[in-house]
Amino acid sequence: MDLIKAVEQTQLKESYPNLGIGDHVRVHLLISEGTRERIQIFEGTVIARKGEGLSETITVRRLSYGVGVERVFPLHSPKVTQIDVVRKGRVRRAKLYYLRGRVGKAAKVKEKLPTRK
Amino acid sequence: MNKFMLGKKAGMTQMFDTEGNVIPVTVIECGPIDVIQRKTNGVDTYEAVKVGFSDQKENRVNRPDMGQFKKADINPKRFIKEFHVAEDSELKVGDRLVVSDCFEVGDRVDVSGVSKGKGFAGNVKRHGQKGGREAHGSKYHRRVGSLGPSATPARVRKGKKLPGQMGNINVTVQNLEVVVVDGERNILVVKGAVPGVPGGYLSIKATVKRQKA
Repeated sequence: MDLIKAVEQTQLKESYPNLGIGDHVRVHLLISEGTRERIQIFEGTVIARKGEGLSETITVRRLSYGVGVERVFPLHSPKVTQIDVVRKGRVRRAKLYYLRGRVGKAAKVKEKLPTRK
Repeated sequence: MNKFMLGKKAGMTQMFDTEGNVIPVTVIECGPIDVIQRKTNGVDTYEAVKVGFSDQKENRVNRPDMGQFKKADINPKRFIKEFHVAEDSELKVGDRLVVSDCFEVGDRVDVSGVSKGKGFAGNVKRHGQKGGREAHGSKYHRRVGSLGPSATPARVRKGKKLPGQMGNINVTVQNLEVVVVDGERNILVVKGAVPGVPGGYLSIKATVKRQKA
């Protein structure tokens, strides 16, 4: 097991994004078209987080023209250059698959506000 | 360069290739291996080296093997294999090989090991046959089926697929790409799966498959 960790260590990213389930995020994705490279941004809600180590992924869901779109991003992929947390979400589940069946306001995740002192 | 190695499967994980794509990889604890014996044309009628991997307690080694280790003046080994070498090979008894001596990133290798045992398995599992319906009056669920023609040849033809032991045999996976070689930590990482359980012993050789020019 230690050898596997040692191998994974070589490719792990140093900065580990501080994001939780239900957060609204912007994922910066490196797209290469032939020789040209550009950044594409995928914005949506984190509905699941799976795996550990180098294999860890997040699933981001968004509504695009009324159609639900989900993308799975490996957190440590060199193609994922940056993940911004736009808004923290207040949720009570680890997996937000229940959002899939919902539309409109029901499909929204409430914002988690900083706790008052 | 000697293109062979012995190792122990550590397990599988994922890595990213140079383009950033995810590839499945197997991590192997690979070497170091010690040369126990050098076989030559003159004495043994063929050219080979006998190498050992992974230290073993002395009381677990049988006497004929112990004699060999004593003669080569090396610690008793658990896993011993023989590999063919060229006649002018400079390997001699007592030499130690690490994985970085043998393989480079990008090499193609064949990996052999003992596959996971599945026990006495029926035809559906062992040969991938379909099996019958589970319900609707069917009494034919996972059975073998016909054994062949009747009066001629009046016997079951050789090679007829029947139930029996599945797995726990030597299996070779060919043409795996080497992804990482670390001679200091004795790590070899290949793309794809290799036979057997984590902790199982493996022998790794340069592939016999012809490479595209």
